[in-house]
Amino acid sequence: MDYQLCTHCGKCAFVCPHGVIRSKAFPAELAAHAPAGFEHVPIKGKDYPEGMHISYQVSAEDCTGCTLCVDICPIRDKSQANYKAINMAPLEPVRAAHQANWTFFLQLPDYDRQQLKLKTIKGSMLGQPLFEFSGACSGCGETPYIKLATQLFGDRMLVANATGCSSIYGGNLPTTPWAKNQQGRGPAWNNSLFEDNAEFGLGMRLAIDKQQQFASELLIQLKESLDTELVDALLHADQADEAGIHQQRLRVNELQHALQQLSEPLARRLETIADSLCKRSVWIIGGDGWAYDIGFGGLDHVLASGKDVNILVLDTEVYSNTGGQTSKATPRGAVAKFSAAGKDTAKKDLARIAMDYEHVYVAHVAYGSKDVQTLHAFIEAESFQGPSLIIAYAPCIAHGVDLKNNHKQQQLAVESGHWPLFRFDPRLAAEGKNPLHLDSKPPSIPYREFVQSETRFSMLWRAHPERAEEILQQSQQEVRERFYRYQQLAALSWEEEEHTVPHTESEEGKHHG
Amino acid sequence: MADLSTSYMGLPLINPLIASSSPLTGNLDDARRLEDAGAAAIILPSLFEEELLQDQQQMHEFMDHQAIGHGEADSFLPPSSDYKSHLDHYLETIATIKAAIDIPVIGSLNGVSLAGWLEHGADLQQAGCDALELNIYYVPANPEETGSDVESRYLQILENLCAQFTLPIGIKISHSFSSIAHFVRQLERAGAKGTALFNRFYQPDIDLSSLQVTPKIQLSNSIESLERIRWIALLRAHVQMDLAATGGFHDANDVIKAVLAGADAVYLCSSLLQHGIQRLPEILSDISDWMHVHEYESIAQLKGSVCQKHAIEPAAYERANYLKTLKSYQRSDNN
Ligand SMILES: Cc1cc2nc3c(=O)[nH]c(=O)nc-3n(C[C@H](O)[C@H](O)[C@H](O)COP(=O)(O)O)c2cc1C
Ligand code: SF4
Ligand code: SF4
Repeated sequence: MDYQLCTHCGKCAFVCPHGVIRSKAFPAELAAHAPAGFEHVPIKGKDYPEGMHISYQVSAEDCTGCTLCVDICPIRDKSQANYKAINMAPLEPVRAAHQANWTFFLQLPDYDRQQLKLKTIKGSMLGQPLFEFSGACSGCGETPYIKLATQLFGDRMLVANATGCSSIYGGNLPTTPWAKNQQGRGPAWNNSLFEDNAEFGLGMRLAIDKQQQFASELLIQLKESLDTELVDALLHADQADEAGIHQQRLRVNELQHALQQLSEPLARRLETIADSLCKRSVWIIGGDGWAYDIGFGGLDHVLASGKDVNILVLDTEVYSNTGGQTSKATPRGAVAKFSAAGKDTAKKDLARIAMDYEHVYVAHVAYGSKDVQTLHAFIEAESFQGPSLIIAYAPCIAHGVDLKNNHKQQQLAVESGHWPLFRFDPRLAAEGKNPLHLDSKPPSIPYREFVQSETRFSMLWRAHPERAEEILQQSQQEVRERFYRYQQLAALSWEEEEHTVPHTESEEGKHHG
Repeated sequence: MADLSTSYMGLPLINPLIASSSPLTGNLDDARRLEDAGAAAIILPSLFEEELLQDQQQMHEFMDHQAIGHGEADSFLPPSSDYKSHLDHYLETIATIKAAIDIPVIGSLNGVSLAGWLEHGADLQQAGCDALELNIYYVPANPEETGSDVESRYLQILENLCAQFTLPIGIKISHSFSSIAHFVRQLERAGAKGTALFNRFYQPDIDLSSLQVTPKIQLSNSIESLERIRWIALLRAHVQMDLAATGGFHDANDVIKAVLAGADAVYLCSSLLQHGIQRLPEILSDISDWMHVHEYESIAQLKGSVCQKHAIEPAAYERANYLKTLKSYQRSDNN
C-alpha cells in the first residue's frame, strides 16, 4: 500500500474475494503503540470527525495472490504507470511485518456502525467482513457479494445456503468462513438440501416472525410488571437504520435485566425469545443451478409468498460445484456438460419472471462493472419489506477464463449487453414512479468480443465453427432486443391515468327502466 | 495485351500481384474471391509457433486443470477430444483452400525454436503448400544479443529447413538489419529461393486514458513503398534469387515502380483490407494500361529496368543523394 497515493476509495477491500484487505477508521491516538511498520493516515473526506485515521491492512498469509485488488485500484503513480496505490509483492520479505500489523489491526475497535456511511464504497468497507478467508477458488466471482452482505448486515443475518459452491467454501467444516464481530454477533448459517433452499429460508423467516409475534404478545401480557414506556418503545421500534437497530438492542438489554427481577413464568419464557424483538435479516443464498433450475419451484413459491426475505443468486451460469453442467441460466452458445455442442436455447430471464409479480424487489448486478450499483442494490433489497431477489453475475473458472481477468469479464458482459444492470423497486410504483431503473447503457461492444474472450463460448468455434457463427448471430440479436425491451419498460409512465368506468348497456337499461 | 507473367520463389505466376499474409487469405471464401479477382498467388496467415504453444497450454489449463481426482468435479468443460486445436484448424483450412483454387498457395511460418520451425514446416509441406515463407517477426530487444547472433540464428534455421524440405523456401524480413544487402545475400547462399522486403510490425500504442500499452494494427500508405523500392533496386544486381516487395503497395503506380526497380512480385495486404478485394483487378488493369501507353510488352521487359545498375543516375538510390533531396525541398510557406 502506498498511502501517498491512496485516496481511501475502498475498492480494493470491496473486490477482495477472500476478505483479506480490511480498512478501519479509528482515533489516531489508538495507534500510539502500534508496531513500527503499521501505517495509518488521517482519513480523507468530510464525513469523518477530526483526528480520525484510516488504515488498510492485508492479512498477507491469507492472500491467494489473485491480483484483483491491484487490478481494481484506480490510482496510478504519475511517474510510473505500473505502480499503483496498492501493489503485489513477494510474501516472504514482508510476512513477519504484515503479521504483526494484522494482529494489531484486529484489536483496534470497529467504527461505530451508526456513523457508517454505508451507501458509499469507502464507508461500507469500514464494516467488518463476517465472511472471510473462504476456501473459494482464487479470484472467485461469487464471494465478494457474500462478503458485502455480511459487511452491511452480518450482525443480524440468518443465512439459508443452498448446496453448491457457496455451501462448500462456506462450510468446509470444522473451519468456517462465517465469523463474528467484536460484540460476538455474526451471521447464523445453515445449509439445506440443493432443491429446497428457498423454502428452507422461508421457514427461517416464518419462525422468526412467529417468535417476534409471541415475544410481543408476552410483552403486552407483562406490560403491568414492566416499564410501560420501555414496552411501547420495544413494540413500536423503528429499526430501519443502524441507529434504530442499536437503540432496540439497548432496549432488549434493558428488558432482559428487568425480566430477571420478575418471578412470573411468562418472564422466563420471554427471556428466551426477547432477542427476536431485534431486526433479523434473512438471506437465501445459492447458485443458478438451485435458483433457476432444481430449486426454482420453491424459489417461485417464496417470491409469491410476499415474505421479507433476501434472495441472493450467485449466477455462474452453470452448475459449478459439480463440474460444469448446463443450467437454465446457461447462455445460448455456451459449451457445458449436457450442451457439448453449445446450448441452443437462451438463458432464462429470471429477473423478468420475478418482476412480473410486481411485489418483488429485483436487482441485476455485476460488481466488477459497477460496484456502487451493487452496493445500493444490496441496501435497497434488505430494506424492502417483502421478497427481494438479487441476481449477481459471478465469473467462475468454469467459464474458461483466468480469474485475474474477473473484472474485465464482468465489464465485457455488461458492455456487450449479456448482463444488463438494473433495479426494480416496487416502492417506487407505490409512489407513482416507474419501478424499473436501468443502470447500464445499451450494448456498446459486439457480443462477439465478449464470447470470444471466454473458453466456454470460444471452444464451440473449434468444434462447430458454422454453428458457432449462427448462434452468435442469434445471441447478438437477443441481447439487443432484451436491452430494448427493458429500456421501453423503464421508460413507461407510471402515473395512474383517470379511468372512467364505462356504463354497460344493462346498467343503462336498469337506470331507465 | 501485355504479358504480365513472372515468377516468385521459382513458382510461375500469372502476374506480379500476390495476396500477402493476412486474415484475408485464411479462409476459403476470400481465397476463392482473391483467385477470381486475379491474384497470382496467396500467402496464408502465418502459423505462429508461440500461438500454438499458448493455445495448447490454455486448452490444457481450462480443460484439464481440475483433473486432480476431485470426487465431485474433475473437469468443467466437456471432454476435449472433439475439439480441434488451432493447428488442426489451420492445416485443414490449407487443405480446403488448396483443393479449391489453382493459383499457388504459399504457407507462412513463424517459429520459436528450431524444432518448432522444422516440425511445423513439415506440417505445412504435408498440408499441400506450394512454397513456404518464413516470417521473421521478431523484435530484437535483448541488449545481450548482437546483430550477428540474430542473423546467424535465422541463417541456421533457413539452412536446416532447406536441407530437410523439397518445397521452395522464401523469407520475409523486416528492415531492422544493419546490413541488409549482406544479409540478403547470405540468405540466398543459405538456400532461400526468394526474399520479401519488408514486413511491418504491429506497433504498440499508448492509450491516453488508461495508459495501457496496446498493440495496434496500422495499415500502410504508399509513402512506405519507397523504402522497399529503393532496397530492391539496390539488391537487384547482387542476388539471383527472386525478390518481392511488401509494404505500402496500394496502386498500380506503386507496383510498377517496384517492378521497374527489380521486384519479381509485389504483395498486397493493406490495400485489400482497406479497399476490398476488388482493388486487385483495378490495379491489374491500370498496370496493363500503363504498359500499353508506354509500349511495354511484358513484365519481363520492364523488370529491373530502373534498378540501381540500370538507373539513369545510379547514385540516386544511395545516401549521397541526401543533401540534394533536402535542397529540393521547398517549404510550403515560401511558395
Ligand atoms: C491484419 C494484418 C495481419 C497480418 N498478418 C500477417 C501474418 O500472419 N504473417 C505475415 O507474414 N505478415 C502478416 N501481415 C503483414 C502483411 O502480410 C504485409 O507484409 C504487411 O502488412 C505490409 O504490406 P501492406 O503495406 O500491403 O500491408 C499482416 C498484416 C496485417 C495488416
Ligand atoms: S491479491 Fe486477491 S486475495 Fe490477495 S488481497 Fe488482493 S484481492 Fe485479496
Ligand atoms: S483501491 Fe487503491 S486507492 Fe482505493 S483504497 Fe485501495 S489502494 Fe487506496
